[in-house]
Amino acid sequence: MDLEKIFKPDTIAVIGVSLTNEAHPANVIYNKNRLRYEAKTFAVNPRGGHIRADTLYRSVKEIPEKIDLAVIAVKAELVLPVVEECINSGVKGAIIVSGGFAETGLRDLQDRLTSRAREAQFPFIGPNCLGVYAAPWMDTFFIPNERMVRPEKGRVTMISQSGGVVVDQMVKATAEGVGLSTAVSIGNKALIKESDLLRYFAGDPGTDVITFYIEGFGKHEGREFALAAAECKKPIIVLKAGKTSAGNKAVSSHTASMAGDYQVFSAVMAQKGVVEATDEFELMAFAESLSCYPMNISGKIAIITGSGGHGALCTDACIAHGLEVPSLNEETQLGVKEVLSPTLKHIASYANPVDLTGSSTDDDFLAATRVLSKSPEIDCIILLLLPYIPGITVDLGAKLGMVQQQEKKPIIAYVPHVEKYKIIVEGFNLYNIPVAHSVEDAVHMAEAMRRNKPC
Amino acid sequence: MLTKEMEDLLKSAQTYGWVMEPFAKRLFALAGMNVPQFVWAHSPEEAISFTRTYGYPVVMKIVSPQVVHKTDVGGVSVGIDDDARLTNTFNRMSTISGFSGVIVEKMVKGLEMIIGSTHDEQFGPVILLGLGGTTAEIYRDISLAMAPLCEADVEKMIRGLKAAPLLEGYRGSEKINREALKELVIKFSEFIMDFGETMESIDLNPVMCSADGCVIADARIMVRK
Repeated sequence: MDLEKIFKPDTIAVIGVSLTNEAHPANVIYNKNRLRYEAKTFAVNPRGGHIRADTLYRSVKEIPEKIDLAVIAVKAELVLPVVEECINSGVKGAIIVSGGFAETGLRDLQDRLTSRAREAQFPFIGPNCLGVYAAPWMDTFFIPNERMVRPEKGRVTMISQSGGVVVDQMVKATAEGVGLSTAVSIGNKALIKESDLLRYFAGDPGTDVITFYIEGFGKHEGREFALAAAECKKPIIVLKAGKTSAGNKAVSSHTASMAGDYQVFSAVMAQKGVVEATDEFELMAFAESLSCYPMNISGKIAIITGSGGHGALCTDACIAHGLEVPSLNEETQLGVKEVLSPTLKHIASYANPVDLTGSSTDDDFLAATRVLSKSPEIDCIILLLLPYIPGITVDLGAKLGMVQQQEKKPIIAYVPHVEKYKIIVEGFNLYNIPVAHSVEDAVHMAEAMRRNKPC
Repeated sequence: MLTKEMEDLLKSAQTYGWVMEPFAKRLFALAGMNVPQFVWAHSPEEAISFTRTYGYPVVMKIVSPQVVHKTDVGGVSVGIDDDARLTNTFNRMSTISGFSGVIVEKMVKGLEMIIGSTHDEQFGPVILLGLGGTTAEIYRDISLAMAPLCEADVEKMIRGLKAAPLLEGYRGSEKINREALKELVIKFSEFIMDFGETMESIDLNPVMCSADGCVIADARIMVRK
């Protein structure tokens, strides 16, 4: 099935727009798309009439233009006839926002809907979902426009079984400066499942990284997903809920007893090069890192710091996450020493972490970063940048960005995320360098590259 | 592809929900995997005659449709080295419930590994590799992966084990034949793909791994009833 028009519709019909209830989900969706987004949007209600100055069409058939996408927010029992009409009118696909299907026990109603759509090759997302957020094109989330927290446009696509979780991820992405391409809430995933979306976004030119929030897979869905993941060249990140199994199955073999549902999930994800995050913060760190560096590293980290304590904390975190902080060879150490300010040469430490001390300046950070970027002993640099060091200026982020662009070695920066230092973060962001809000977060970013599949 | 004989062996299991060791071993031998020389003996004389060809020491194991975990009922005896012990052990095991003879086989030495498989609801056939023996579930030193497996998958599974250094020959112990282990796991994964959903789970435990190769010392196949 072709999903193109679900994510890039030229025309949208919102079905179920109310004449009397402005808070109805269909109205919220219609209003924001009609007023704020680029796709041409029409409202449908069988009673007809007008909503503000616009015509309220009695059916999709009545709309004078060809409709690409139907957003359906009518009562559950009316969904199937509406879908039937969409199929007959040549609509290319639907987002079914309405609830009241399998999640309330009406599996039969959902199955009838799904088998009709499958028969007609009519793709739909949902039911019981928020649908698709793809600014500036469209947004079917039934959240009033003024309540939305919108990340910058970027290259990460987020797919979630839960609408609430994906909205929360958008808030976090905004806070962390992670750019969003598309967000999809798939709800009951009656027809379009994670593996279908993975295949679609693997080929989407606007997406570099795909993240998933997964609650559970149906029969063999996990296998489909794993096979799709193995073919996808882009980094994939998953966050799994429901890791603890409810009740122990009685099993009489060692294998069945040791291969629990979550253990299998986690092992298969790693086997296929999918990066599994342990929580939503890690997911965001992984997304930020892999959208800047969609690559695989072996995990040999050099740490450059202005504070010995931060260097030690970072080393511990690296080891705990399966990364190495190798001692630098003598030649590299001398190479760094040579380029530092004269006052620093005898107080800095060089072994790794490279501690430039509180007496360091922008130039020392730049020079040390350049030398380490050229060293084949390491494959990633974590910069612990403490902007209260007197010799450091607000320009350092952008200056280091330039070094990264020339030397190509992945750099991850830690800068305390407070308003005062924001300009440094922005300097890094300008050069597409991920900036962590804690030392641990910086280590997660490096770990993401180690666990990402070789590209 | 499963041959006619393999399918017949599996059908024999439908009644009990699992395949007894002699049938399971025959099945894996047919699929080209190493099992030790053994005889399914129904009398002490049959057992003794096996040792005349293959010599001592031998292992004796109960065959009973009612006994899935043999060690739990005293149904495994290792290091038997003369006719008297062989006869005594046979007589003792003949009182275990469901007694249908015993397996007598050559002792195989090596590092005890487990190779297993389950049919996972979400991911289909899944392969397990780990440190085996009766304590497998206590140490839980295992790697899992979705079948079918390629060599790189198996290599990653081996490296993922805490016991990986043991395979390399730890403190003077001999290094196991890693290629043979990988080959066995891959062959097993191919076999599992042919098996389909009739299989619920399989334990090859222990698989004795040494410098000479890997031999399936015990096997249990649970099938869907």
